[in-house]
Amino acid sequence: MRQAPIGWLFIGAFLLVCAVFLIAPTAMLAVQAITDDDGLTLEYVRELASYRYVTAFEHSLYLSVLSATVGVVAGGLIAFAVLKEDAPRWLRSVVTSFAAVAANFAGVPLAFSFIATVGSLGLLTSLLKNAGIDLYGMGFSLFSIPGLTLVYSYFQIPLMVIIIIPAFEAMRPSWREAAENLGASNLQYWRMVGLPVLAPSLLAGWILLFGSAFSAYATAYALTSGNISLVTTEISAVLSGNISSEPQVGAALSVGMIVVMVLVLALSQFLSKRAARWAVKS
Amino acid sequence: MNRLGIGGWAILVLAGLFFATPLVMTAVFSLWEGGSHYGFSVYKLLWHSPKLFEAMALSIELALATVAALVLLLVPAMIFMNLAAPRLRPLFEFIATLPFVVPAIALVAGLSALITGPDWLIGTPFYLVIPYFFLALPYAYRSIDVGIRAIDLTTLTEAGQSLGAGMGQIIVMVVLPSLRSAMVGSALLTLAVVFGEFTFANVLLFHTYAVYLNEIGQHEVTAAAALSAASFLLTWIAMLGVLLAGGGRAAPPGVR
Repeated sequence: MRQAPIGWLFIGAFLLVCAVFLIAPTAMLAVQAITDDDGLTLEYVRELASYRYVTAFEHSLYLSVLSATVGVVAGGLIAFAVLKEDAPRWLRSVVTSFAAVAANFAGVPLAFSFIATVGSLGLLTSLLKNAGIDLYGMGFSLFSIPGLTLVYSYFQIPLMVIIIIPAFEAMRPSWREAAENLGASNLQYWRMVGLPVLAPSLLAGWILLFGSAFSAYATAYALTSGNISLVTTEISAVLSGNISSEPQVGAALSVGMIVVMVLVLALSQFLSKRAARWAVKS
Repeated sequence: MNRLGIGGWAILVLAGLFFATPLVMTAVFSLWEGGSHYGFSVYKLLWHSPKLFEAMALSIELALATVAALVLLLVPAMIFMNLAAPRLRPLFEFIATLPFVVPAIALVAGLSALITGPDWLIGTPFYLVIPYFFLALPYAYRSIDVGIRAIDLTTLTEAGQSLGAGMGQIIVMVVLPSLRSAMVGSALLTLAVVFGEFTFANVLLFHTYAVYLNEIGQHEVTAAAALSAASFLLTWIAMLGVLLAGGGRAAPPGVR
Protein backbone atom coordinates (compact mmCIF):
# COMPACT_ATOMS: atom_id res chain seq x y z
CA MET A 1 0.00 0.00 0.00
CA ARG A 2 1.20 3.49 -0.75
CA GLN A 3 1.72 5.70 2.20
CA ALA A 4 3.11 9.13 2.67
CA PRO A 5 6.59 9.25 4.23
CA ILE A 6 5.10 11.77 6.64
CA GLY A 7 3.50 8.78 8.36
CA TRP A 8 6.91 7.49 9.36
CA LEU A 9 7.73 10.94 10.69
CA PHE A 10 4.78 10.75 13.10
CA ILE A 11 5.56 7.17 14.14
CA GLY A 12 9.21 8.12 14.60
CA ALA A 13 8.38 11.21 16.66
CA PHE A 14 6.13 9.23 18.99
CA LEU A 15 8.68 6.43 19.44
CA LEU A 16 11.47 8.97 20.00
CA VAL A 17 9.54 10.78 22.74
CA CYS A 18 8.75 7.46 24.42
CA ALA A 19 12.37 6.32 24.16
CA VAL A 20 13.84 9.52 25.59
CA PHE A 21 11.31 10.34 28.30
CA LEU A 22 9.85 6.97 29.28
CA ILE A 23 12.19 4.11 28.46
CA ALA A 24 15.51 5.88 29.03
CA PRO A 25 14.51 7.22 32.49
CA THR A 26 13.36 3.74 33.49
CA ALA A 27 16.63 2.22 32.29
CA MET A 28 18.46 5.03 34.09
CA LEU A 29 16.88 3.90 37.37
CA ALA A 30 18.28 0.41 36.92
CA VAL A 31 21.74 1.78 36.12
CA GLN A 32 21.69 4.29 38.95
CA ALA A 33 20.62 1.67 41.48
CA ILE A 34 23.80 -0.35 40.97
CA THR A 35 26.45 2.30 40.34
CA ASP A 36 28.19 5.04 42.23
CA ASP A 37 31.23 7.23 41.60
CA ASP A 38 33.58 4.25 41.81
CA GLY A 39 31.66 1.99 39.42
CA LEU A 40 29.40 -0.95 40.10
CA THR A 41 28.13 -1.51 43.61
CA LEU A 42 25.43 -3.50 45.33
CA GLU A 43 25.46 -1.20 48.34
CA TYR A 44 22.17 0.52 47.48
CA VAL A 45 20.35 -2.64 46.56
CA ARG A 46 21.48 -4.07 49.88
CA GLU A 47 20.09 -1.01 51.63
CA LEU A 48 16.62 -2.16 50.55
CA ALA A 49 17.02 -4.91 53.11
CA SER A 50 17.31 -2.37 55.92
CA TYR A 51 14.49 -2.28 58.45
CA ARG A 52 13.19 1.06 57.17
CA TYR A 53 12.69 -0.05 53.59
CA VAL A 54 11.55 -3.57 54.35
CA THR A 55 8.81 -1.98 56.47
CA ALA A 56 7.88 0.37 53.64
CA PHE A 57 7.54 -2.51 51.18
CA GLU A 58 5.56 -4.54 53.73
CA HIS A 59 3.18 -1.62 54.30
CA SER A 60 2.73 -0.98 50.58
CA LEU A 61 2.14 -4.64 49.75
CA TYR A 62 -0.22 -5.15 52.67
CA LEU A 63 -2.22 -2.02 51.82
CA SER A 64 -2.40 -2.93 48.13
CA VAL A 65 -3.43 -6.55 48.70
CA LEU A 66 -5.98 -5.54 51.34
CA SER A 67 -7.57 -2.68 49.39
CA ALA A 68 -7.55 -4.64 46.10
CA THR A 69 -9.30 -7.56 47.81
CA VAL A 70 -11.87 -5.28 49.44
CA GLY A 71 -12.38 -3.62 46.06
CA VAL A 72 -12.84 -6.90 44.17
CA VAL A 73 -15.29 -8.35 46.71
CA ALA A 74 -17.35 -5.21 47.33
CA GLY A 75 -17.20 -4.03 43.71
CA GLY A 76 -18.15 -7.49 42.49
CA LEU A 77 -21.12 -7.67 44.86
CA ILE A 78 -22.35 -4.21 43.89
CA ALA A 79 -22.10 -4.98 40.17
CA PHE A 80 -23.82 -8.31 40.77
CA ALA A 81 -26.69 -6.69 42.68
CA VAL A 82 -27.20 -3.87 40.21
CA LEU A 83 -27.38 -6.24 37.24
CA LYS A 84 -30.13 -8.41 38.72
CA GLU A 85 -33.12 -8.68 36.42
CA ASP A 86 -35.49 -6.83 38.70
CA ALA A 87 -33.08 -4.06 39.68
CA PRO A 88 -34.46 -0.78 38.33
CA ARG A 89 -32.85 0.49 35.12
CA TRP A 90 -32.18 3.96 36.56
CA LEU A 91 -30.26 2.39 39.41
CA ARG A 92 -27.86 0.83 36.94
CA SER A 93 -27.13 4.14 35.22
CA VAL A 94 -26.72 5.89 38.56
CA VAL A 95 -24.25 3.26 39.76
CA THR A 96 -22.19 3.16 36.56
CA SER A 97 -21.94 6.92 36.22
CA PHE A 98 -21.16 7.39 39.90
CA ALA A 99 -18.51 4.68 39.63
CA ALA A 100 -16.87 6.53 36.75
CA VAL A 101 -16.69 9.68 38.89
CA ALA A 102 -15.58 8.07 42.15
CA ALA A 103 -12.92 5.93 40.46
CA ASN A 104 -11.34 9.15 39.23
CA PHE A 105 -11.84 11.04 42.47
CA ALA A 106 -8.54 10.20 44.07
CA GLY A 107 -5.49 11.93 45.37
CA VAL A 108 -5.41 15.03 47.52
CA PRO A 109 -9.14 15.96 47.41
CA LEU A 110 -10.09 12.42 48.41
CA ALA A 111 -7.67 12.54 51.34
CA PHE A 112 -9.13 15.81 52.61
CA SER A 113 -12.69 14.55 52.21
CA PHE A 114 -11.89 11.69 54.54
CA ILE A 115 -10.06 13.98 56.96
CA ALA A 116 -13.18 16.17 57.08
CA THR A 117 -15.30 13.08 57.69
CA VAL A 118 -13.43 10.63 59.90
CA GLY A 119 -10.26 12.55 60.73
CA SER A 120 -9.64 13.11 64.44
CA LEU A 121 -11.69 16.35 64.19
CA GLY A 122 -13.92 15.09 61.40
CA LEU A 123 -17.64 15.64 61.31
CA LEU A 124 -18.63 11.97 61.52
CA THR A 125 -16.08 11.42 64.28
CA SER A 126 -17.62 14.18 66.41
CA LEU A 127 -21.20 13.14 65.59
CA LEU A 128 -20.43 9.60 66.70
CA LYS A 129 -18.64 10.91 69.77
CA ASN A 130 -21.77 12.82 70.77
CA ALA A 131 -23.70 9.61 70.31
CA GLY A 132 -21.29 7.87 72.68
CA ILE A 133 -19.10 6.13 70.13
CA ASP A 134 -15.48 7.21 70.37
CA LEU A 135 -13.89 6.00 67.10
CA TYR A 136 -10.37 7.03 68.00
CA GLY A 137 -10.80 5.76 71.55
CA MET A 138 -11.68 2.39 70.01
CA GLY A 139 -8.33 2.29 68.27
CA PHE A 140 -9.41 3.46 64.84
CA SER A 141 -7.18 5.91 63.07
CA LEU A 142 -7.49 7.35 59.59
CA PHE A 143 -3.73 7.60 59.55
CA SER A 144 -3.08 3.88 59.71
CA ILE A 145 -3.15 0.99 57.26
CA PRO A 146 -6.83 0.17 58.00
CA GLY A 147 -7.60 3.88 57.68
CA LEU A 148 -5.79 4.11 54.36
CA THR A 149 -7.60 0.97 53.19
CA LEU A 150 -10.90 2.69 53.95
CA VAL A 151 -9.87 5.72 51.90
CA TYR A 152 -8.49 3.64 49.01
CA SER A 153 -11.75 1.65 48.92
CA TYR A 154 -13.40 4.84 47.77
CA PHE A 155 -11.69 4.56 44.39
CA GLN A 156 -10.96 0.81 44.38
CA ILE A 157 -14.58 -0.36 44.68
CA PRO A 158 -15.89 1.85 41.82
CA LEU A 159 -12.89 0.86 39.71
CA MET A 160 -13.87 -2.78 40.14
CA VAL A 161 -17.52 -2.01 39.34
CA ILE A 162 -16.45 -0.45 36.03
CA ILE A 163 -14.16 -3.36 35.16
CA ILE A 164 -16.48 -6.19 36.11
CA ILE A 165 -19.87 -5.01 34.79
CA PRO A 166 -19.04 -5.96 31.16
CA ALA A 167 -17.94 -9.42 32.34
CA PHE A 168 -21.21 -9.93 34.22
CA GLU A 169 -23.19 -8.72 31.22
CA ALA A 170 -21.39 -11.22 28.99
CA MET A 171 -22.74 -14.12 31.06
CA ARG A 172 -25.69 -15.55 29.18
CA PRO A 173 -28.94 -16.32 31.02
CA SER A 174 -29.09 -19.53 28.98
CA TRP A 175 -26.12 -20.92 30.93
CA ARG A 176 -28.03 -20.57 34.15
CA GLU A 177 -31.16 -22.02 32.58
CA ALA A 178 -29.17 -24.97 31.24
CA ALA A 179 -27.64 -25.54 34.68
CA GLU A 180 -31.07 -25.35 36.33
CA ASN A 181 -32.55 -27.79 33.83
CA LEU A 182 -29.80 -30.21 34.71
CA GLY A 183 -30.80 -29.84 38.37
CA ALA A 184 -28.00 -27.57 39.57
CA SER A 185 -28.57 -25.52 42.70
CA ASN A 186 -27.71 -21.83 42.83
CA LEU A 187 -24.49 -22.63 44.67
CA GLN A 188 -23.54 -25.34 42.19
CA TYR A 189 -24.16 -22.95 39.29
CA TRP A 190 -21.81 -20.37 40.76
CA ARG A 191 -19.15 -22.89 41.80
CA MET A 192 -19.08 -24.81 38.52
CA VAL A 193 -20.15 -22.27 35.89
CA GLY A 194 -20.31 -18.68 37.10
CA LEU A 195 -17.05 -18.26 38.95
CA PRO A 196 -14.86 -20.23 36.51
CA VAL A 197 -16.18 -18.07 33.66
CA LEU A 198 -15.62 -14.88 35.67
CA ALA A 199 -12.24 -15.93 37.08
CA PRO A 200 -10.02 -14.31 34.42
CA SER A 201 -11.93 -11.00 34.67
CA LEU A 202 -11.88 -11.03 38.47
CA LEU A 203 -8.15 -11.71 38.39
CA ALA A 204 -7.49 -8.97 35.86
CA GLY A 205 -9.52 -6.59 38.02
CA TRP A 206 -7.57 -7.54 41.14
CA ILE A 207 -4.28 -6.89 39.35
CA LEU A 208 -5.41 -3.46 38.16
CA LEU A 209 -6.59 -2.58 41.66
CA PHE A 210 -3.36 -3.84 43.18
CA GLY A 211 -1.38 -1.68 40.78
CA SER A 212 -3.46 1.41 41.40
CA ALA A 213 -3.03 1.06 45.17
CA PHE A 214 0.64 0.11 44.99
CA SER A 215 1.58 3.14 42.90
CA ALA A 216 -0.77 5.57 44.69
CA TYR A 217 1.13 8.45 46.19
CA ALA A 218 -0.96 11.59 46.46
CA THR A 219 -3.65 10.17 48.75
CA ALA A 220 -1.11 8.60 51.08
CA TYR A 221 1.09 11.70 51.10
CA ALA A 222 -1.74 14.09 51.95
CA LEU A 223 -3.11 11.73 54.59
CA THR A 224 -0.15 10.40 56.45
CA SER A 225 2.45 13.14 55.91
CA GLY A 226 5.10 10.60 56.73
CA ASN A 227 3.37 8.83 59.62
CA ILE A 228 3.25 5.56 57.74
CA SER A 229 6.08 4.76 55.43
CA LEU A 230 5.04 3.44 52.04
CA VAL A 231 7.43 2.81 49.17
CA THR A 232 6.04 5.75 47.21
CA THR A 233 6.39 8.21 50.08
CA GLU A 234 9.91 6.91 50.84
CA ILE A 235 10.94 7.53 47.24
CA SER A 236 9.54 11.06 47.38
CA ALA A 237 11.36 11.67 50.67
CA VAL A 238 14.64 10.70 48.99
CA LEU A 239 13.87 12.82 45.92
CA SER A 240 12.99 15.93 47.88
CA GLY A 241 16.01 15.53 50.11
CA ASN A 242 13.94 15.27 53.27
CA ILE A 243 16.09 12.43 54.53
CA SER A 244 19.83 12.17 54.17
CA SER A 245 19.83 9.40 51.61
CA GLU A 246 21.72 9.02 48.39
CA PRO A 247 19.61 9.41 45.23
CA GLN A 248 20.69 5.87 44.38
CA VAL A 249 18.50 4.59 47.21
CA GLY A 250 15.51 6.22 45.54
CA ALA A 251 16.46 4.53 42.28
CA ALA A 252 16.82 1.16 44.01
CA LEU A 253 13.39 1.59 45.63
CA SER A 254 11.87 2.51 42.27
CA VAL A 255 13.40 -0.54 40.64
CA GLY A 256 11.98 -2.58 43.51
CA MET A 257 8.49 -1.24 42.74
CA ILE A 258 8.85 -2.02 39.04
CA VAL A 259 10.01 -5.55 39.88
CA VAL A 260 6.94 -6.07 42.08
CA MET A 261 4.64 -4.82 39.30
CA VAL A 262 6.29 -7.05 36.70
CA LEU A 263 6.07 -10.09 38.99
CA VAL A 264 2.39 -9.44 39.73
CA LEU A 265 1.59 -9.02 36.03
CA ALA A 266 3.51 -12.19 35.12
CA LEU A 267 1.73 -14.13 37.84
CA SER A 268 -1.64 -12.88 36.60
CA GLN A 269 -0.85 -13.88 33.01
CA PHE A 270 0.08 -17.35 34.22
CA LEU A 271 -3.01 -17.70 36.42
CA SER A 272 -5.46 -16.33 33.87
CA LYS A 273 -4.15 -18.81 31.28
CA ARG A 274 -4.77 -21.62 33.74
CA ALA A 275 -8.19 -20.22 34.68
CA ALA A 276 -9.17 -19.89 31.03
CA ARG A 277 -8.08 -23.46 30.34
CA TRP A 278 -10.06 -24.73 33.28
CA ALA A 279 -13.17 -22.86 32.20
CA VAL A 280 -13.07 -24.44 28.76
CA LYS A 281 -12.58 -27.95 30.12
CA SER A 282 -15.32 -28.02 32.76
CA MET B 1 -33.97 -17.21 41.37
CA ASN B 2 -32.30 -14.26 39.74
CA ARG B 3 -33.92 -11.67 41.97
CA LEU B 4 -32.45 -8.71 43.74
CA GLY B 5 -33.81 -9.76 47.13
CA ILE B 6 -33.03 -8.43 50.59
CA GLY B 7 -29.32 -9.26 50.32
CA GLY B 8 -28.99 -7.31 47.09
CA TRP B 9 -30.76 -4.26 48.47
CA ALA B 10 -28.66 -4.44 51.63
CA ILE B 11 -25.46 -4.38 49.55
CA LEU B 12 -26.66 -1.41 47.53
CA VAL B 13 -27.84 0.57 50.56
CA LEU B 14 -24.58 -0.04 52.40
CA ALA B 15 -22.60 0.99 49.32
CA GLY B 16 -24.76 4.09 48.96
CA LEU B 17 -24.06 5.05 52.58
CA PHE B 18 -20.33 4.44 52.22
CA PHE B 19 -20.08 6.59 49.10
CA ALA B 20 -22.47 9.36 50.13
CA THR B 21 -21.21 9.91 53.68
CA PRO B 22 -17.79 11.46 52.89
CA LEU B 23 -19.34 13.72 50.25
CA VAL B 24 -22.12 15.02 52.49
CA MET B 25 -19.80 15.35 55.49
CA THR B 26 -17.18 17.19 53.42
CA ALA B 27 -19.77 19.61 52.06
CA VAL B 28 -21.16 20.31 55.55
CA PHE B 29 -17.69 20.52 57.08
CA SER B 30 -16.70 23.18 54.53
CA LEU B 31 -19.48 25.41 55.90
CA TRP B 32 -18.19 25.17 59.45
CA GLU B 33 -16.98 28.50 60.85
CA GLY B 34 -15.92 27.37 64.29
CA GLY B 35 -18.13 26.60 67.30
CA SER B 36 -21.67 26.10 66.08
CA HIS B 37 -21.50 28.71 63.32
CA TYR B 38 -22.07 27.66 59.76
CA GLY B 39 -21.85 29.79 56.63
CA PHE B 40 -20.15 30.47 53.34
CA SER B 41 -17.17 32.48 54.62
CA VAL B 42 -14.59 29.96 53.42
CA TYR B 43 -16.01 30.08 49.92
CA LYS B 44 -15.91 33.88 49.94
CA LEU B 45 -12.31 33.76 51.14
CA LEU B 46 -11.32 31.30 48.42
CA TRP B 47 -13.11 33.33 45.78
CA HIS B 48 -10.79 36.24 46.60
CA SER B 49 -7.63 34.15 46.64
CA PRO B 50 -5.48 34.96 43.61
CA LYS B 51 -3.11 32.08 44.41
CA LEU B 52 -5.94 29.59 44.02
CA PHE B 53 -6.88 30.91 40.60
CA GLU B 54 -3.25 31.01 39.48
CA ALA B 55 -2.85 27.37 40.46
CA MET B 56 -6.12 26.41 38.80
CA ALA B 57 -5.21 28.28 35.63
CA LEU B 58 -1.86 26.47 35.49
CA SER B 59 -3.53 23.08 35.95
CA ILE B 60 -6.06 23.84 33.22
CA GLU B 61 -3.31 24.97 30.84
CA LEU B 62 -1.32 21.81 31.57
CA ALA B 63 -4.39 19.63 31.03
CA LEU B 64 -5.13 21.30 27.68
CA ALA B 65 -1.47 21.02 26.64
CA THR B 66 -1.51 17.31 27.49
CA VAL B 67 -4.62 16.79 25.38
CA ALA B 68 -2.91 18.65 22.54
CA ALA B 69 0.14 16.41 22.89
CA LEU B 70 -2.06 13.31 22.72
CA VAL B 71 -3.84 14.58 19.62
CA LEU B 72 -0.68 15.68 17.83
CA LEU B 73 1.68 12.88 18.83
CA LEU B 74 -0.27 9.77 19.79
CA VAL B 75 -3.27 9.83 17.43
CA PRO B 76 -1.32 10.29 14.16
CA ALA B 77 1.30 7.75 15.22
CA MET B 78 -1.43 5.19 15.94
CA ILE B 79 -3.23 5.85 12.66
CA PHE B 80 -0.06 5.49 10.60
CA MET B 81 1.06 2.47 12.59
CA ASN B 82 -2.20 0.73 11.72
CA LEU B 83 -1.98 1.78 8.08
CA ALA B 84 1.66 1.40 7.25
CA ALA B 85 3.39 -0.62 9.93
CA PRO B 86 1.14 -3.11 11.73
CA ARG B 87 4.35 -4.97 12.58
CA LEU B 88 4.99 -2.24 15.16
CA ARG B 89 1.78 -3.02 17.04
CA PRO B 90 3.47 -5.18 19.73
CA LEU B 91 5.94 -2.35 20.39
CA PHE B 92 3.08 0.16 20.72
CA GLU B 93 1.22 -2.20 23.06
CA PHE B 94 4.35 -2.59 25.16
CA ILE B 95 4.84 1.17 25.41
CA ALA B 96 1.19 1.67 26.34
CA THR B 97 1.46 -0.79 29.26
CA LEU B 98 4.77 0.63 30.54
CA PRO B 99 3.25 3.53 32.51
CA PHE B 100 1.21 0.96 34.43
CA VAL B 101 4.32 -1.04 35.32
CA VAL B 102 6.45 2.02 36.09
CA PRO B 103 4.61 3.91 38.85
CA ALA B 104 4.48 7.69 38.55
CA ILE B 105 6.84 8.18 41.47
CA ALA B 106 9.39 5.84 39.83
CA LEU B 107 9.11 7.64 36.50
CA VAL B 108 9.66 10.99 38.16
CA ALA B 109 12.71 9.56 39.96
CA GLY B 110 14.08 8.39 36.61
CA LEU B 111 13.29 11.67 34.90
CA SER B 112 14.98 13.77 37.53
CA ALA B 113 18.04 11.49 37.46
CA LEU B 114 18.36 11.51 33.69
CA ILE B 115 17.18 14.93 32.61
CA THR B 116 18.95 17.73 34.41
CA GLY B 117 18.73 20.39 31.74
CA PRO B 118 18.42 22.50 29.68
CA ASP B 119 16.64 25.08 31.74
CA TRP B 120 14.16 26.08 29.04
CA LEU B 121 12.84 22.54 29.28
CA ILE B 122 12.86 21.64 32.96
CA GLY B 123 12.52 25.18 34.33
CA THR B 124 8.98 25.72 33.09
CA PRO B 125 5.83 24.03 34.44
CA PHE B 126 5.13 22.85 30.90
CA TYR B 127 7.87 20.28 31.45
CA LEU B 128 5.08 18.43 33.30
CA VAL B 129 3.30 17.83 30.00
CA ILE B 130 5.88 15.10 29.25
CA PRO B 131 5.09 12.90 32.28
CA TYR B 132 1.38 13.76 31.94
CA PHE B 133 1.48 12.46 28.39
CA PHE B 134 2.61 9.09 29.74
CA LEU B 135 0.10 9.28 32.58
CA ALA B 136 -2.70 9.51 30.02
CA LEU B 137 -1.08 7.13 27.52
CA PRO B 138 -2.45 3.75 28.70
CA TYR B 139 -6.13 4.61 28.59
CA ALA B 140 -5.92 7.07 25.70
CA TYR B 141 -4.17 4.32 23.72
CA ARG B 142 -6.81 1.78 24.71
CA SER B 143 -9.77 3.96 23.78
CA ILE B 144 -8.29 5.16 20.47
CA ASP B 145 -7.29 1.59 19.63
CA VAL B 146 -10.89 0.49 20.16
CA GLY B 147 -11.99 3.37 17.96
CA ILE B 148 -9.56 2.44 15.17
CA ARG B 149 -10.52 -1.24 15.27
CA ALA B 150 -14.19 -0.31 15.04
CA ILE B 151 -13.67 1.40 11.68
CA ASP B 152 -12.11 -0.43 8.76
CA LEU B 153 -9.13 1.87 8.42
CA THR B 154 -7.58 0.21 5.35
CA THR B 155 -10.82 0.13 3.37
CA LEU B 156 -11.62 3.72 4.27
CA THR B 157 -8.16 4.83 3.19
CA GLU B 158 -8.25 2.88 -0.08
CA ALA B 159 -11.72 4.24 -0.81
CA GLY B 160 -10.39 7.73 -0.23
CA GLN B 161 -7.36 7.11 -2.41
CA SER B 162 -9.42 5.70 -5.26
CA LEU B 163 -11.48 8.88 -5.15
CA GLY B 164 -8.27 10.83 -5.53
CA ALA B 165 -7.79 12.13 -2.00
CA GLY B 166 -4.32 12.62 -0.57
CA MET B 167 -3.20 11.08 2.68
CA GLY B 168 -3.65 14.33 4.63
CA GLN B 169 -7.15 14.81 3.25
CA ILE B 170 -8.13 11.24 4.13
CA ILE B 171 -6.94 11.61 7.70
CA VAL B 172 -8.54 14.99 8.31
CA MET B 173 -11.80 14.33 6.46
CA VAL B 174 -12.40 10.61 6.96
CA VAL B 175 -10.37 9.05 9.76
CA LEU B 176 -10.42 11.76 12.43
CA PRO B 177 -14.21 12.34 12.25
CA SER B 178 -14.84 8.64 12.80
CA LEU B 179 -12.52 8.64 15.80
CA ARG B 180 -14.25 11.67 17.30
CA SER B 181 -16.06 9.98 20.17
CA ALA B 182 -12.97 7.97 21.20
CA MET B 183 -10.92 11.16 21.15
CA VAL B 184 -13.42 13.29 23.05
CA GLY B 185 -13.75 10.57 25.67
CA SER B 186 -10.04 10.24 26.30
CA ALA B 187 -9.56 14.02 26.15
CA LEU B 188 -12.08 14.62 28.95
CA LEU B 189 -10.60 11.81 31.02
CA THR B 190 -7.14 13.31 30.51
CA LEU B 191 -8.43 16.73 31.56
CA ALA B 192 -9.84 15.27 34.78
CA VAL B 193 -6.73 13.25 35.61
CA VAL B 194 -4.20 15.96 34.80
CA PHE B 195 -6.18 18.64 36.61
CA GLY B 196 -5.90 16.72 39.87
CA GLU B 197 -2.41 15.30 39.32
CA PHE B 198 -0.16 15.63 42.34
CA THR B 199 2.81 13.24 42.17
CA PHE B 200 4.84 14.82 39.37
CA ALA B 201 3.96 18.40 40.26
CA ASN B 202 4.85 17.94 43.92
CA VAL B 203 8.20 16.24 43.32
CA LEU B 204 9.21 18.59 40.51
CA LEU B 205 8.07 21.59 42.63
CA PHE B 206 5.48 23.19 40.38
CA HIS B 207 2.53 25.00 41.87
CA THR B 208 -0.48 23.25 40.38
CA TYR B 209 -4.00 22.99 41.78
CA ALA B 210 -3.41 19.74 43.67
CA VAL B 211 -0.16 21.04 45.19
CA TYR B 212 -1.95 24.21 46.28
CA LEU B 213 -4.78 22.14 47.75
CA ASN B 214 -2.33 20.04 49.73
CA GLU B 215 -0.61 23.16 51.06
CA ILE B 216 -3.82 24.83 52.13
CA GLY B 217 -5.04 21.58 53.68
CA GLN B 218 -2.13 21.50 56.11
CA HIS B 219 -3.46 24.53 58.02
CA GLU B 220 -6.96 25.43 56.77
CA VAL B 221 -9.05 22.27 56.91
CA THR B 222 -12.38 23.86 56.05
CA ALA B 223 -10.95 25.50 52.93
CA ALA B 224 -9.50 22.14 51.91
CA ALA B 225 -12.89 20.55 52.42
CA ALA B 226 -14.53 23.21 50.27
CA LEU B 227 -12.04 22.66 47.46
CA SER B 228 -12.38 18.88 47.76
CA ALA B 229 -16.13 19.15 47.34
CA ALA B 230 -15.58 21.42 44.34
CA SER B 231 -13.10 18.92 42.89
CA PHE B 232 -15.67 16.18 43.15
CA LEU B 233 -18.16 18.30 41.22
CA LEU B 234 -15.55 19.03 38.54
CA THR B 235 -14.73 15.32 38.20
CA TRP B 236 -18.44 14.64 37.92
CA ILE B 237 -18.82 17.15 35.09
CA ALA B 238 -15.84 15.71 33.21
CA MET B 239 -17.11 12.15 33.59
CA LEU B 240 -20.58 13.15 32.49
CA GLY B 241 -18.93 14.40 29.32
CA VAL B 242 -17.03 11.12 28.93
CA LEU B 243 -20.23 9.12 29.35
CA LEU B 244 -22.06 11.27 26.82
CA ALA B 245 -19.17 11.05 24.34
CA GLY B 246 -18.86 7.30 24.78
CA GLY B 247 -22.58 6.70 24.30
CA GLY B 248 -23.16 5.56 27.88
CA ARG B 249 -20.05 3.42 28.18
CA ALA B 250 -18.18 4.00 31.45
CA ALA B 251 -14.61 5.06 30.79
CA PRO B 252 -11.63 3.24 32.22
CA PRO B 253 -10.14 5.40 34.91
CA GLY B 254 -6.70 6.85 34.82
CA VAL B 255 -3.52 5.90 36.61
CA ARG B 256 -2.86 7.50 39.91
